[in-house]
Amino acid sequence: MRPVGEALGWLTGPLAYPFMVRGLTAAVIVGVVCPVLGAYVVLRGMAFFGDALAHIVLPGVVLAYLAGWPLVLGALLAGVTAALGIGAISGRARLKEDSAIGVIFAAAFALGVAMLSTQRGYAVDLVHILFGNLLGVSPQDLVWMGVLGALALGAVFVFYKELLVLSFDPVLAATLRLPAGFLKNLLLVLTAVVIVVSLNAVGVTLVLAMLITPASAAYLLTRRLPSMMGLGAAFGTFSAFLGLYLSYYWNLPSGPAIVLVATAIFAVALAVAPRRRDLWSRWRRGAPDVRPA
Amino acid sequence: MLIHPAVHVEDSPAVELDGVSLAYDGTDALRQVRFRVERGQRVAVVGPNGAGKTTLLKVLAGTLRADEGRVDVYGERPGGHICIAYVPQRSQIDMAFPVSVAEVVMMGRIRQIGVLRWPRRRDWAIVHQALASVEMDDLAHRQIGELSGGQQQRAFLAQALAQEAQVILMDEPLTGLDLPSQEAIFRAIDRLSQAGVTVLLSTHDLNLAAERFDQVVLLNRELIAAGRPAQVFTPDNLQRAYGSHIHRVADGDGLLVLADTCCEGDEAGG
Repeated sequence: MRPVGEALGWLTGPLAYPFMVRGLTAAVIVGVVCPVLGAYVVLRGMAFFGDALAHIVLPGVVLAYLAGWPLVLGALLAGVTAALGIGAISGRARLKEDSAIGVIFAAAFALGVAMLSTQRGYAVDLVHILFGNLLGVSPQDLVWMGVLGALALGAVFVFYKELLVLSFDPVLAATLRLPAGFLKNLLLVLTAVVIVVSLNAVGVTLVLAMLITPASAAYLLTRRLPSMMGLGAAFGTFSAFLGLYLSYYWNLPSGPAIVLVATAIFAVALAVAPRRRDLWSRWRRGAPDVRPA
Repeated sequence: MLIHPAVHVEDSPAVELDGVSLAYDGTDALRQVRFRVERGQRVAVVGPNGAGKTTLLKVLAGTLRADEGRVDVYGERPGGHICIAYVPQRSQIDMAFPVSVAEVVMMGRIRQIGVLRWPRRRDWAIVHQALASVEMDDLAHRQIGELSGGQQQRAFLAQALAQEAQVILMDEPLTGLDLPSQEAIFRAIDRLSQAGVTVLLSTHDLNLAAERFDQVVLLNRELIAAGRPAQVFTPDNLQRAYGSHIHRVADGDGLLVLADTCCEGDEAGG
């Protein structure tokens, strides 16, 4: 019985600390919300867009930090503005869309780092913003994460069949006169919201992994969108949980710890996945509708 | 948020085009195309690669807008209809997408179901009926990518049926299919036609167009001819559409045998 007792102690010991309980609650929120929306990011080939959006959020976060607002508010503002802005630009500019996104995303990220560097002790804060700090989640952060996460999940549920048609067959969506512009922008804004929810957990640079790694692992093992979302949420939650404990015991930033666990799950999924699915070929040729808007 | 479906004008033809032109980047894709199709007709749209077959179907679906000319479906512009189904070329769809055959068919009913609602029992009944009429109800719960090409094509036809479409546009549905699959599609089309549904189908196969359809539209960016197959497939028209690559041979029964030496095995479509 001793090893069991030790394992239990390993798990329950940290729960004596309120910051750890908050961290775990936040981990569950991120673990569930990210892969559900991430399923669409994977299926629609929006990974680059998601990564860009996560970096674009940085100046908003820094601005909120400097002004003393909740960080979530700054991130949300920057994220939603950028998501809609990219959606608008991509329709018009002569530039290839990924180049346009790349220019904006690098510029915003640079601006964010420059703004933060004016502050004393910025290195510590920068590490937290870039790589996540689940152990530093405040009660106020938790409320924001819960509300935004619930909103994102609710929207995915309410518009489930419309988003499914848009993602599977955009031509059908057009012939049936679905409001494609609204739905595409909705997906962009939801992606921004989910990124904001995940910032505390995995940080700006690793949000992408929470969006696509558990969802991709689930994609390899399932044949229906609801089960892909469900299994992805299970993988995401487990990754966030275990990652948080690793972060606690080994004093790692929570983001890398969570992402490494998620990647290990993905590697196992890749090894055991039935042959009928070929994620690599999907990545090579890209999903049918790769435009974010 | 949703556009109200167009009202059908009584006694109007199913499809009517007049002076329809459309250009991409300054190159004409369609020039002054004009023809009409009565309700319940089976129409083959034929022509060489790049003749504008796909463009024509998309104009009828309302997903492309003509630069000039008039397009009417049941007496109204196509942009307002939800009774038009467009069945895309299979290569346009990501068949690895995690959806079942029944879910793909149900997508056709999204407007009937309505926003903020889920499919009701009646919707599922219609989906299974649609699958049964393309002889595929036993495959309803398979993932779409697990089906053969012919079965996938029939699944999309079933989607058009579930949509309760009055005009069904099919882009190269026969390309690359084996004979039994082609026959299954033709049986479904014939039943639709008897029920008053109009079907326009693009194909490279002139013999099938001649044998299995009420009407043929022969295109090469401009309309070469439209009408009954025997009227359309004249040596002169074929020469104008295909140059010297095609030969018309009349066999003993008066049927047309057309030897296509230009587009063999080419799935690019136009």
